[in-house]
Amino acid sequence: MSTLCVAVWRGQESGRFQEFDVPRRESQTVLDVVTYIQRSLDPTLAYRFACRVGMCGSCAMTVNGRARWTCRTHVDKVGESGRLEIAPLHNLPVVRDLVTDMTDFFDKWARARGQFQGGTTRKDEFARVAPDSPARRLADAAIECIGCGVCYSACDVVAWNPAYLGPAALNRAWTLMNDARDTGNRARLAAVAGDAGCHACHTHMSCSERCPKQIAPTASIAGLKRATIAAALRGDLGDG
Amino acid sequence: MSDERLSVRTQVLLWTAQRASAAVLAICVVVHLATIIYAVRNGLSAAEILGRTRGNAAWAAFYTLFVAAIAVHAPIGLRTILAETFSWRGRALDITVLAVALTLAMWGFRAVYAVLI
Ligand code: SF4
Ligand code: SF4
Ligand code: FES
Repeated sequence: MSTLCVAVWRGQESGRFQEFDVPRRESQTVLDVVTYIQRSLDPTLAYRFACRVGMCGSCAMTVNGRARWTCRTHVDKVGESGRLEIAPLHNLPVVRDLVTDMTDFFDKWARARGQFQGGTTRKDEFARVAPDSPARRLADAAIECIGCGVCYSACDVVAWNPAYLGPAALNRAWTLMNDARDTGNRARLAAVAGDAGCHACHTHMSCSERCPKQIAPTASIAGLKRATIAAALRGDLGDG
Repeated sequence: MSDERLSVRTQVLLWTAQRASAAVLAICVVVHLATIIYAVRNGLSAAEILGRTRGNAAWAAFYTLFVAAIAVHAPIGLRTILAETFSWRGRALDITVLAVALTLAMWGFRAVYAVLI
């Protein structure tokens, strides 16, 4: 049985890589590797996961320099050299080892008005949204986000501009912009515009390239740019 | 810091102005380069160039537009570069890039005046 040489980040912002030898198995994922280390080699290793099937978004790490969801990343794909380097996500404070503090990431969803804001009560009729309506299609293209933070970690603008809301929060806002039932779009547009919002995006596309759900936050952000410019030219882009 | 930030609407209009001026520049730069190449290839002297440009309303309008687009485009881009590279944000930065815009406009329009009027 062959072995993998795995360098794992230990510590917080400052720390070092620690090397482990992990037996190579068939259909092994990067998360399997980390779990093996924690269960068999060093129980003090801190990492995070929940579903193991690509739904919860909690297992993202930097694998050989790139942000990935580790539960759905096979070692076959990334460890041809027999070597893996596993580190916490970029652009987020490190709590310990492979665990990052996602507070900023999710606070920015709230700041981008990522909460659904309905205008009806349980006494009203259900809204009927045609599956093939243009708005519904736009929402569909962006809705499957699992909140993993891979895009946020891959985005240079997040590193350069700490106030930038980032691809995931803006993508979320775009799905609500296209939700016929939502009534919060006026305030949402103001929240996602400007130097900390969609206009900070340089269209690098790293987010769209790396998103494990094949979402294109870049396209969502472009949609927000168009919508906010139209509102600004109308004089309908308040600061609240 | 928030009290000294430009309004969100202004931020968006700046971004829009930069995109619009970029479109203008794309055309102006091509015309400008073609003009330079033409002048050099044909060995035009400074006096011959001035003879063609002086009092020519079309060239005056073209270069006025070119200078205006530069004075709008460059400072807004510089504002982003300085913010992202040096974490410099707020009123001092906005005043600085406004000064850059005015300086570029002044230099540019002075040159237009000298060559075309
Ligand atoms: S497209 Fe925009 S949000 Fe996505 S990585 Fe590039 S700068 Fe960041
Ligand atoms: S957009 Fe993609 S990469 Fe970003 S948080 Fe959602 S699922 Fe993850
Ligand atoms: S553990 Fe849930 S997405 Fe990987």
